[in-house]
Amino acid sequence: MMLIWFICLPLFAAVLAVLSARYSRELPRWISLIALGLDLALAAQVWFSSASAGPWFAEVDWAWVPSFGIHFHLAMDGLSLLMLLLTFLLGIIAVLASWTEIREKVGFFHFNLMCLTAGIVTVFLAVDLFLFYFGWELMLVPMYFLIVIWGHERRVYAASKFFLFTQCSGLLMLIAILALYFIHHQTSGIYTFQYSELLDTSLSHRTEMLLMLGFFAAFAVKLPVLPLHTWLPDAHTEAPTAGSIILAGLLLKTGAYGLIRFVLPLFPHASREFTPVALILAVAGIVYGAVMAFSQTDLKRLVAYTSVSHLGFVLLGLYSWNSLGLQGAIMTMICHGLSTGGLFALVGGLQERIHTRDLNRMGGLWAVAPVLSGSMIFFGLASLGLPGMGDFVGEFLVLLGSYKVSVATTSIAALGILASTFYALRMVERALRGPNTNGWKFSDLKTREVLMVAFMIVGLLWLGLFPQPVLRTSQPALDYLQRHAQLSTGLVEEIANE
Amino acid sequence: MSSADVAALEPLIVIAATAILVMMGIAFRRNHALAVALTVAGLAVAFISIFTAPAPRQVTRLLVVDGFALFYIGLIIASAAIVSLISFQYFRTHCADREELYLLLLLATLGCVVLAASAHFISFLLGLEILSVSLYGMVAYSKDRVHALEVGMKYLVLASTSAAFLLFGAALIYCSTGTMEFAKFRQLPPDDSSFPLFIAGLVLTITGIGFKLGIVPFHLWIPDVYQGAPAPITAYVATTSKTAVVALLLRYAYLSGALGHGVVFVVFVIMAIASMVAGNLLALRQQSIKRILAYSSIAHFGYILVGFLSGGSRAIEAVTFYLVSYTVTILSALGIVAILSNADSDADNLESYSGLFWRRPVLAAFLTAAMLSLAGIPATIGFLGKFYVLAAAAESGTWPLMIVLAITSVIGLFYYLRIVAKLYESSSGRETALPAVSPLSVLPIAVAGSLIIGVGVFPGHVLSWIRTAMVIFNQ
Repeated sequence: MMLIWFICLPLFAAVLAVLSARYSRELPRWISLIALGLDLALAAQVWFSSASAGPWFAEVDWAWVPSFGIHFHLAMDGLSLLMLLLTFLLGIIAVLASWTEIREKVGFFHFNLMCLTAGIVTVFLAVDLFLFYFGWELMLVPMYFLIVIWGHERRVYAASKFFLFTQCSGLLMLIAILALYFIHHQTSGIYTFQYSELLDTSLSHRTEMLLMLGFFAAFAVKLPVLPLHTWLPDAHTEAPTAGSIILAGLLLKTGAYGLIRFVLPLFPHASREFTPVALILAVAGIVYGAVMAFSQTDLKRLVAYTSVSHLGFVLLGLYSWNSLGLQGAIMTMICHGLSTGGLFALVGGLQERIHTRDLNRMGGLWAVAPVLSGSMIFFGLASLGLPGMGDFVGEFLVLLGSYKVSVATTSIAALGILASTFYALRMVERALRGPNTNGWKFSDLKTREVLMVAFMIVGLLWLGLFPQPVLRTSQPALDYLQRHAQLSTGLVEEIANE
Repeated sequence: MSSADVAALEPLIVIAATAILVMMGIAFRRNHALAVALTVAGLAVAFISIFTAPAPRQVTRLLVVDGFALFYIGLIIASAAIVSLISFQYFRTHCADREELYLLLLLATLGCVVLAASAHFISFLLGLEILSVSLYGMVAYSKDRVHALEVGMKYLVLASTSAAFLLFGAALIYCSTGTMEFAKFRQLPPDDSSFPLFIAGLVLTITGIGFKLGIVPFHLWIPDVYQGAPAPITAYVATTSKTAVVALLLRYAYLSGALGHGVVFVVFVIMAIASMVAGNLLALRQQSIKRILAYSSIAHFGYILVGFLSGGSRAIEAVTFYLVSYTVTILSALGIVAILSNADSDADNLESYSGLFWRRPVLAAFLTAAMLSLAGIPATIGFLGKFYVLAAAAESGTWPLMIVLAITSVIGLFYYLRIVAKLYESSSGRETALPAVSPLSVLPIAVAGSLIIGVGVFPGHVLSWIRTAMVIFNQ
């Protein structure tokens, strides 16, 4: 039952936000904040008291459309729990970051933000494939509105591109889901979309490959994997700050989550065969993202391209087929959410103050706003993988994991870390140091923003220095996954116990 | 004719009687509200009589009243009633002589009901002609408008041509099989010397049906008629009349086993693919919302053909559900267009919808829901329609059609999103004044709009109704 609250609270808040907007501009913000805070508290409570016998901490299973065998089936394991914590955390950050940025249509803004949260939560909790697809597509609509109404100059173009890419790949996934559904019926006589039952569907070699590709397309667009990434820089750049934070921090993670939850266990053989391609795509993404980030002059676009690079590491970790790589991928997902979320929040704050994102027009900001600049350096360093911060742990684990699979790809990926140093330092150098040629003068971070940033800094340090609780939480979920994907296990304990 | 036969035909009789009643009402006293009230009341009685009709029952050789027919009759009557309510608001400010519209509407509906129940060429042609002749008048009803006559003429000429094809096809089939009953066409052995004539007849009749459905290559009238006709009449052409023709197509094709013949199947596959591709591509560059909906309807009937062609046990259910979803959605969308229109012209240009959400949030929200439903986004009824069609196609393994459906519906997203983005544009400050909207006139849209979301989230009941109604075909 508790799982319902994770979805219903944001939905209630969405309705309340719209209704309250006519009385006050502040009220919708507080309503969203409270709803997300409650959800976060609820999720944290699950985390601290988590002791589960089966694979799932909690489960809700209601018949939804019986004639199709569709269930409203939510279930939570360690992986979903971590993703939920990240969702609510970044949701709060997004609300705080847009506190003064969004001045018009506040009620509808928060309506969309909360619906978006509900959609993301559904994706992270659904274990019925129909419900998963439902949530997957439903995330699109509020995100589309966030970009198209509150976005920057080329918002309509960016929002439509985002929608079309995701929808197109999503339909391929829907066809694959339906095919799986009917194939399962042919072999077992049961019509079901239930994840746990579909896991055991026996597929012919060719069908498995085709279906895997259908799912992979949907997740690869979201992740994004190299040739399918072109929506990302546009959408991230044109979205309002809250939109960018959620896009980078959460929507990209739904792609990685989908790969872990569905592609690897449902189609183990095809996925394994696909490994070389996935590894090459991952490495290409890492290098390409870093190089592109280096050559951007739009600060937001720069941060957006770093996402392509970081999510390449996630893909690399997932297709390493060992616990080290998987743990690293999950760690990277969480830390990338925080560090990139932080960068987007700061860039958004900066844009609110100086009304530009152009690196060439910045310079010398350190003297004007030391707190903002200091935080930006921190997140920049986190993003380049400085030891002691979360991103380092994640990427290090990924490289350890992938080293066992392919030395060549690992070496090139390590070069990607090197490249990330260049773009992060270039960003700091161009924006913060040097002479203040444009004579910028503006106020430094306010208390609200300091709190928000401090929150994420502490989180990143904690993840970097004590990653153990996170690793321990995701481990059972990964064990379960590996049993189904028939992987070689046992190596993660070495690292996890250190 | 026994009393049970009369009871089975009660919906038809009530609608015909209502038409006479409205006509006499006009003779005594011209009153717009009275005409609408009589029409809606008559349709309501007809709707209720569906539940008491003894089914299944063969009434003469011409008509079959079974669960399938009754379901479609219900859909036809309900959509006709909603169109009447929308027309009431729309024609309130219209010049003189508004009342005869409802007369035509009732007659057209009678034709639709006959089509839904017909199992014989005679009733098929009678129903089709009653429908067509009434529609000639309806599409040109706002006769002071610039394009009214052009639209009426265009529809008249093309519809007559297609009726001629249909008649010729029926003649060929009669000539080769010696019967006009759909169910007896199967009896013709394929090695019979007149078999090629029979196939030619089938293809010619499909031409006639294809014209009414507006599928490629018989779609040329669709954009002009959609744009030129008054918005409520466009809604009628798009929903009620097409629903009736689909009902007929399903019965005709499945009873006569037409899909079993390779040529006919291929013809349908080509029409389905061409409709999906052409409809979506042609809609891309339109500036008029009614033209966009017109081209999109071509594409949607292409999707319906995908469901129809899958031929499995789910095909009829899928097609029926898709029609329900399309009807609800289009009534909502065109209902909003009608509300925003004034006596001189329809709110047709996309520009007139700029920033609608900030001025009329409720209407814009319903229009958004309708567009997302047409685009097939989850939590709307349109998504389930598409899902059902894809499921039916997946079950029968028509993968190429599914892939075309998926790709073309992504193309479709372009123009639906364009409309949605328009609605949420920040106001430019030079909008035209919007007509006043009474709560009563929003009612039909509110009903349709809440069905879009309501059934979209909880489809269980509607699905089981359809499943029980369609059971006769699954023997």
